[in-house]
Amino acid sequence: MRLIAENLAGERGGDLLFEGLDFTVPSGEALLVTGPNGAGKSTLLRIIAGLLAKAAGQVRLEQISGGFESLTAASHYLGHLNAMKPVLSVEENLRFWGSFNGQGKLSIADALERVGLGDIGYLPFGYLSTGQKRRASIARLLVSNRPVWLLDEPTAGLDKASERQFAALMQDHLRGGGIIVAATHLPLGLGNTRELALGAAA
Amino acid sequence: MGALFIRDIRLGLRAGGGVLIGILFFLAVITVVPFGVGPDLKLLARIGAAMLWIGALLATLLGLDRLFQADRDDGSLDLLIMASERHMLALTVLIKCLAHWTVSVLPLVVASPLLGLFMNMEPAAIGATTLTLLVGTPAITLIGAVGAAVAVSLPRGGLLVSVIILPLTVPVLIFGVSASYGAVEDPAPFLAPFLILAAITLFFAVLGPLAAAAALKSSAD
Repeated sequence: MRLIAENLAGERGGDLLFEGLDFTVPSGEALLVTGPNGAGKSTLLRIIAGLLAKAAGQVRLEQISGGFESLTAASHYLGHLNAMKPVLSVEENLRFWGSFNGQGKLSIADALERVGLGDIGYLPFGYLSTGQKRRASIARLLVSNRPVWLLDEPTAGLDKASERQFAALMQDHLRGGGIIVAATHLPLGLGNTRELALGAAA
Repeated sequence: MGALFIRDIRLGLRAGGGVLIGILFFLAVITVVPFGVGPDLKLLARIGAAMLWIGALLATLLGLDRLFQADRDDGSLDLLIMASERHMLALTVLIKCLAHWTVSVLPLVVASPLLGLFMNMEPAAIGATTLTLLVGTPAITLIGAVGAAVAVSLPRGGLLVSVIILPLTVPVLIFGVSASYGAVEDPAPFLAPFLILAAITLFFAVLGPLAAAAALKSSAD
């Protein structure tokens, strides 16, 4: 499996943010997208996710395994927003996304255990702290089976221990043949990563 | 898909879901009519079906703007759109509409016989009005889904949704009320307007989700 972008260009509100991007991310590797605020990191991720139209070029997934039809279908997007309902419990939220997106390798209890929220799954999502909310949405990645993870500032709000925990989860995902594209300012503590630096609006 | 239906029902029933708001609004509208019209029981009975329909129409419009906006605000909408190869987006919209109708409009239909008594309506008229509401209100929700999808990215789109879809719901109102009158007034037919009402609902059950899905797709930014 390979994620390939050719001559990709993205715009926001009519302004070209980046153009002529070429990159290839094979299975088991991560792409770190770095750059100053406003460089187009989130835009790039949303284009890969298929949520934004690209200004030019193309991005695709080759030799898709697991019966997914396209890049969008094979991707899991963790954006700035957690996509969880505050009035439902953490478990209810995860159960919904698990069954809507197709069951992943881990059960809900296991996934919560992995992010260190094993004992508060019954709480309404709205009661959690910022970092716990983030960890609960990371658990969402684990309960759905998607080979490509698109992570937008995934460690925002996490403490040091949770960051290490998350790095281990990402390592596991990569070892299992997954692909990660992450937009971040901070090093994620991964080994085999490529880096894509988006310049300031040059 | 079942999971989405159950989630939306739960969201509607829990705190802040706004089930009661629609019912209370409906109740408020119908209870003030006799005060406004005066103690003419015959007149109340004659306009009863129309008032029930207008009240139900407005109460249905009340919560529609939140149909997709809540999902957009917390980022769920992105994931629902991304899953569109696994679950066709139009189908997702249809399920959301069904859940919304079950939670916020079905209670209005259930309450309408009681409110019909307030309007001094005879039992046949109450039965016919309840039946036409049951068949006709899904059309309002389905039309509303299009308006809600178009206005999803606007921060205060609530009133706009109502204004956009109100003209489209007029046929539902016309045929709903005329079928209700047809059941009690002799020369007027019941079946013909009732069947047209059912046809409108079925028509928008197809067109509404498709149009709303197209609007949602292009609104993702």
